Amino acid sequence: MLFDAFSQAVALIMSGDPELFEILWLSIQVSTSALAISVILALPIGTVLAISEFPGKRLCVTVLNSLMGLPPVVVGLLVYLMLSRSGPLGVLGLLYTPTAMVIAQVVLITPIIAALAYQVMDDLHREYRELFQSLGIDSIRAIPTYLWDARYSLVTSILAGFGRAISEVGAVIIVGGNIDHLTRVMTTAIALETSKGELAIALALGIILLMLALLVNAGVTTVRSIALKKAYV
Amino acid sequence: MLASQPFEALRSKKPMSDSVIQTHQNAGEVLALDGVSLTVNGKTLLHDISVHSEAQGTTLIMGANGAGKSLLMKCLHGLLTPTSGSIKLLNRPSHETRHQQAMVFQKPVLLRRTVMGNLTFAAPKTTPPEVLHEMLERVNLSGKDQQPARVLSGGEQQRLALARALLTRPKILFLDEPTASLDPASVLIIERLIQEATADGVKSIFISHDIGQAKRLADDVIFLHQGRVTEHTSAATFFTQPLTSQAQAYLAGDVVL
Repeated sequence: MLFDAFSQAVALIMSGDPELFEILWLSIQVSTSALAISVILALPIGTVLAISEFPGKRLCVTVLNSLMGLPPVVVGLLVYLMLSRSGPLGVLGLLYTPTAMVIAQVVLITPIIAALAYQVMDDLHREYRELFQSLGIDSIRAIPTYLWDARYSLVTSILAGFGRAISEVGAVIIVGGNIDHLTRVMTTAIALETSKGELAIALALGIILLMLALLVNAGVTTVRSIALKKAYV
Repeated sequence: MLASQPFEALRSKKPMSDSVIQTHQNAGEVLALDGVSLTVNGKTLLHDISVHSEAQGTTLIMGANGAGKSLLMKCLHGLLTPTSGSIKLLNRPSHETRHQQAMVFQKPVLLRRTVMGNLTFAAPKTTPPEVLHEMLERVNLSGKDQQPARVLSGGEQQRLALARALLTRPKILFLDEPTASLDPASVLIIERLIQEATADGVKSIFISHDIGQAKRLADDVIFLHQGRVTEHTSAATFFTQPLTSQAQAYLAGDVVL
């Protein structure tokens, strides 16, 4: 049975099934949008946290690290409550739209990228701090240098965030609703098709998702090996 | 060619008279520390250090491990703030001369970019490319300008760090054991560059455990023992007639506790 489903899945992918690729395209759109917003938010958070000293910094780092393990369904529920008609952002009418899914993924992956970026920047700051002090470069002027010199490690962090976003199901199914042609993405479609017994479609989507995960991992490995070769990590 | 130059070439220093090392404040002072103490986590690591010197050239800070040499240098350079006391360099408060100071660390800190990228990062924006290439030639790194800096050997990395420091055109150059664990060729190049810099009027403040090197480079010596300056004399006096038992033991190669 599994072999039959696998054969059908390959045939479905090879046939260029428009519905399949619509779901794939929406998944990529939602996750890359969430990633872009998260990067804009997370890199400054991680960097500022790493290079500044203030009371409560250790608590902030602990909270940030804890947020890396946010349960997706809890994030979905919180975003749902915010966006539902009776919620504070209900007037925007975003519930069950791709935008709501982007918001949920942003909430989910921003702490991951920020915490990983913090670790990278903190290590770099410990190494460069005295040199920058010696050269008379203050923290603000040092930020572009930190970002540039940590670029390889940061790309790895960002790709980890993308991997988390594209493979997430709990939050997006709550706030997106898995509506056909509107908010159906790969993970929610896999859940639906499996529950319907449509294993071929579920498996086809699963294969594509796995390929995407492989691509992301290949990207991480490539970036890391380039950086290691140049001793840039 | 550089590596073949004998160390004797570096030994032609004229001994400095003790008269240039002052014990009281003076208008032409390069270095003036008054009552400098440093306490960290309740432990006093530097005790009431007062040193005055109008000597140009190279001042060597010596002492056993843990004596406080690096801490003192970091205080002088402004990387650490003393708990009490005042530090003046070139007759001005230390922080006012920050742009006239540079430091080379024991473990070179190089940015994750090319050799040339490391130089352009620190050099004034108006520095012409030919000056950068000339500096690379002086530190024997010609042809390596586009190599990633952190894949260079230890000696090459330290020479690059020194080149980067010199490109900032400092008037005071701090060197914290810059030749520790380096090969003789790198030691020779670094010593030659320091001597050239001091000949150009740069004041060098140098930490070294290498007594041979100290004799080659030092004009005056500050000897530290357990966070206190126990001796500050001309190099000639220090190496021939050390005053304290700790300095005598240190120079004799005995364990100083």
